[in-house]
Amino acid sequence: MAKKVKFLQGNEACVEGALMAGMTFYSGYPITPSTEIAELSAEKLPRIGGKFIQMEDEIAGIAAAIGASLTGAKAMTATSGPGFSLKQENIGYAALAEVPVVIVNVQRGGPSTGLPTAPGQGDLMQAMWGTHGDHPVICLTPDSVKETFDLTIRAFNLAEKYRTPVILLTDEITGHMREKIEIPDASEIEVYNRIKPNQGDEYKAYKVYDGDLVPKMADFGSGFRYHVTGLMHDETGFPSNSTKNAGVLMNRLMAKIEDNLDDLITYEEVEVADAEYLIVSYGGTARTAKAAIKTLRNEGIKVGLFRPITVWPFPEKQVAELSKKVKNILVAELNYGQMVREVERVVKGNCDVRHCGKANGEVLTPEELIRAFKEVL
Amino acid sequence: MSKQLELRLSGSGGQGLITAGIILAEAALKDNKNAIQTQSYGPEARGGASKAEVIISETSIDFPKVTLPNMTLALTQIASDKYIKDITEDGTIIIDDSITLPAGVTAKNVYKVPIIKTAINEVGKEIVANIVALGLIVGLTGIVSRESLEAAIMARIPKGTEDLNRLALEKGYELAKQV
Repeated sequence: MAKKVKFLQGNEACVEGALMAGMTFYSGYPITPSTEIAELSAEKLPRIGGKFIQMEDEIAGIAAAIGASLTGAKAMTATSGPGFSLKQENIGYAALAEVPVVIVNVQRGGPSTGLPTAPGQGDLMQAMWGTHGDHPVICLTPDSVKETFDLTIRAFNLAEKYRTPVILLTDEITGHMREKIEIPDASEIEVYNRIKPNQGDEYKAYKVYDGDLVPKMADFGSGFRYHVTGLMHDETGFPSNSTKNAGVLMNRLMAKIEDNLDDLITYEEVEVADAEYLIVSYGGTARTAKAAIKTLRNEGIKVGLFRPITVWPFPEKQVAELSKKVKNILVAELNYGQMVREVERVVKGNCDVRHCGKANGEVLTPEELIRAFKEVL
Repeated sequence: MSKQLELRLSGSGGQGLITAGIILAEAALKDNKNAIQTQSYGPEARGGASKAEVIISETSIDFPKVTLPNMTLALTQIASDKYIKDITEDGTIIIDDSITLPAGVTAKNVYKVPIIKTAINEVGKEIVANIVALGLIVGLTGIVSRESLEAAIMARIPKGTEDLNRLALEKGYELAKQV
């Protein structure tokens, strides 16, 4: 059970986690600041009999991963802002066709090609609403190298369990910083594998059998013949224009998330027990908040941190509860105001909500956050 | 905070300063300290001004970036002009002796040291200037043990270059004694 101590980048820890979770397929198109994920996958996957394919573009990068997943592989693709935009159509496809796939977005600065080597957190709303139509979304956000490792494993597990794409939304801060990580032994890691039909059983590709959360998933090529489509479909998988059927399917897809919030939502609280003020922050920026809170606590100010680790579905219940206890919530993020909208929505006026943002490619420093906080006081 | 080394290494892309930052941080981990390494760079693979930053601390490190370093090192004029200004009052600036320090930059200690010349003339390869710099920094600060530094270097360098790098490290320690 000897733990391996390593000094890794977040991006490297992502690949270590993916392999631990059982990734056997990676396809993508390299883009800063996510490129190390592709590089390391290219180096490691062939050694374990897996496949790495550098595709012709970002769209093909996710499309190949979806195809690989349908054959039974655990598949991942990684990208950053511009590539995340290009992948949106296929994220919706994977959501409706219920294909497990992990999409990593290492966020960089700005719209368009923006600032390739600088951090940003401008893709939070895109992770939820980027693909058209209502659809289930699971999106996780780490604030350290170790947590990037842990959440990559969790992303694979949730993708398999809920048969849905899972987005790991990191940023250039956690993606590129190197810090100490103890890699646990494989025997200590919980790995979830999709439920498959038994040979000879009745099989309808999109029927949820008794006791199951999602339809059983047959590997393409294993003898079960079924149809996969981005059109509304019935239990066989074939397209159906029936509005009644579409309603049933949509309700089932949305309920996968809505009925399982306790399983999906994780978060970290720091010094909230006696907090009069709350900072809400996530990803790399939460590190700024943690440093700021230590300084403010040393000055005798009762301030705490709420850090969503699952950002979608948003931890509504938890934030609403905290908003009844504190005088003010300050949301710190590297954008012009995205999570703050969610916080305002769920706080419903229980307390004052402010925003501390920055979107010029620099990180938010603890000094800047403390200054913004004191303006609120 | 006083126990914390906040170091900024700057130079031209390709000089191995990010590698040097990683090596120093890995040596700190071997000494059971905490360390975080970050970097900033432009889109270019070579040239330009690149910087690597390392925080080494006895306690846990929340904010991973260096805002005001207490030690900075620059190997090129461009990097010096861009990155050397920010320094704590009691901090240390180390520049290669080919560099003219921008006017008005002050720190408690300013050392102008022939790092690149030492790598070229006494070790025989300019590419090991980063290791000479590491020897110099650790010789001056003792921030990591010499055993851990050597082990960390040996774990990161290409096979067959051990003697070259050991010599570079030794020359760095010698430079530290001379300043």
